[in-house]
Amino acid sequence: MTTHMERFEGTGDYVATDDLKVAVNAAVRLRRPLLVKGEPGTGKTVLAHEIARATGYPLIEWTVKSTTKAQQGLYDYDAVARLRDGQLGDPRVNDIANYIRRGKLWEAFERDTPAVLLIDEIDKADIDFPNDLLQELDRMEFHVYETGRTVRATQRPIVVITSNNEKELPDAFLRRCFFHYIRFPDRATMQAIVDVHFPGIQTTLVSRALDLFYEVREVPGIKKKPSTSELLDWLRLLLHEDLPLEVLQQRDPAKAIPPLHGALLKNEQDVMLFERLAFMARRHAPRP
Amino acid sequence: MFLAFLDSLRAAGIPASLKEHLLLLEALDAAVIDRSPEQFYYLSRAIYVKDEALLDRFDQVFAAVFRGALPAEGVAPAELPEEWLRALAQRHLTPEQRAAIESLGSWDEIMRALRERLAEQHARHQGGSKWIGTGGTSPFGNAGYNPEGVRIGGESTHGRAIKVWEQRAFRDLDSSRALGTRNIKLALRRLRRFARQGAAVELDMDATVDGTARQGWLDVRLRPARRNAIKLLLFLDVGGSMDPFVTACEELFSAATSEFRDLEFFYFHNCVYEGVWKDNRRRFEARTSTLELLHTYGRDYKLLFVGDAAMSPYEITHPGGSVEHHNDEPGAAWLRRLTEAYPAAAWLNPAPAAHWGYSASTALVRDLLNGRMFPLTLDGIDAATRELARQR
Repeated sequence: MTTHMERFEGTGDYVATDDLKVAVNAAVRLRRPLLVKGEPGTGKTVLAHEIARATGYPLIEWTVKSTTKAQQGLYDYDAVARLRDGQLGDPRVNDIANYIRRGKLWEAFERDTPAVLLIDEIDKADIDFPNDLLQELDRMEFHVYETGRTVRATQRPIVVITSNNEKELPDAFLRRCFFHYIRFPDRATMQAIVDVHFPGIQTTLVSRALDLFYEVREVPGIKKKPSTSELLDWLRLLLHEDLPLEVLQQRDPAKAIPPLHGALLKNEQDVMLFERLAFMARRHAPRP
Repeated sequence: MFLAFLDSLRAAGIPASLKEHLLLLEALDAAVIDRSPEQFYYLSRAIYVKDEALLDRFDQVFAAVFRGALPAEGVAPAELPEEWLRALAQRHLTPEQRAAIESLGSWDEIMRALRERLAEQHARHQGGSKWIGTGGTSPFGNAGYNPEGVRIGGESTHGRAIKVWEQRAFRDLDSSRALGTRNIKLALRRLRRFARQGAAVELDMDATVDGTARQGWLDVRLRPARRNAIKLLLFLDVGGSMDPFVTACEELFSAATSEFRDLEFFYFHNCVYEGVWKDNRRRFEARTSTLELLHTYGRDYKLLFVGDAAMSPYEITHPGGSVEHHNDEPGAAWLRRLTEAYPAAAWLNPAPAAHWGYSASTALVRDLLNGRMFPLTLDGIDAATRELARQR
């Protein structure tokens, strides 16, 4: 067993809250899957990368799509290739194992060192998908029918599963997981996140940008609230453009649209909402 | 160990089972956490709660079960430091209010009173529902210091009088699920009947294997892709009493248009009469005759009305009852014609189901649809799609 495993305390690039640390450490220690939910852009996928970095284990990513089948994570049997080889008289055709392609789960199970397995956006797949992985994740083994072989995990991988809540997950599946909901960071945490990403950035700029950012999130009727990743993109743009600080500092309501808003507002309705607000502010502003 | 906790969780409707409980014991045994109440709270939360909507309920149960059992952190309310109270009052009272308070007595007296009030509140604070906000007569109450009360501790640098779980940070998430486009789409997905129609573009594996075995050479067979074959006729009530429900209807509409390929929609006002329209700006010029519509779309279309069915009963029962124009036939006749032409029909009503009984027209419409009226909530949409999907 891996005794050198230290506690997950966040990394140089990732700010972890106390509750997140507890959930991650419990999942790592007991080797149960960790299910992570939260608003898009709050760092669910990044978490797996950071756990891999902190533990030093390799990361195996399995990104789930609506067409993904649970079986593909275990293995694929390429019948068409075998058929073709059979017609061409290839000798490989006699061994069915030549046509079994390993999936991500197999890859994660058959390693000498443990791995971090990320099952990204599990809710994208069909409703039965999590149920089909129940036994495999619980016992960390599965059976290959074509060859009659059982693949068993030599080192149980650390499994991180992310979900965007598009579908409910089955109870039986949930019972086996640790759960963590990444809340939208409060101002202090957000400040810490920004500091980690942009060390040495002007504090006034950040503070003003954060004000604007939280104001944008508070605007009633906004369809897609900007999240952490969007804030970071926006700051990167602001730094790159080297805008004068005054642009952020002006409190003129007539300019309700923040500079370089394309990074924050991803929806034309939201941009229109802001333009309308700016227009109204201009109309109601006292004449100079 | 902690069995009472498990019982309380289950009693509060959190679906925790023995499986989770054993996992908690296993985690405690493995010393995953150091023995601090906060860490224990985080750990048990990660194990028992699998749905963010239940987090707030968990916080409440946790607070109720472990009250008194866990050592109090920070300062007891009776020992609130003076400057803290002062800061609190300054943060939440305007200068005028402060002047008004000061006129009641010396600043010190007021502070003492506020301190007593806080102590009292803490003592009476049971079940975490709310701190008294009823102090309409008290200068502090009407100054409206944070009604959640909890921030009093949270923002202070003097330690925490309030524990993490008592902050109830997840309160916002605990509501019956919001009616987002995404959720509606999922509910509408029940309304699927897959059929293979159109050009053969998809590889039919089984037929190919079968054909190849028969022929002796690679025989590739193709078939048309599987598509949702459900056809939907959507009738939307606009204007007047429907204005408060615009957002919900917008969401339903956007979900429906992306979910169904064969979707036809029409607007009506209050009740369907001889004409409906597709463009609200040109509702009087560009109308579609309802009769023509009946002849255009086949019986296999499913009929879905969205409207609050709140109107004068005459608009349904009498010729000439419409508020907008003179109708030769009562609305009931048109509704009957539509439901006869399309056996699969349902009505979604954005008004809360509890209010339906107060409107005579709602009862009339419901009767005309043989009771197939459902509230415009996730459960309602679910029930309506079930009704529409029934094989006839």
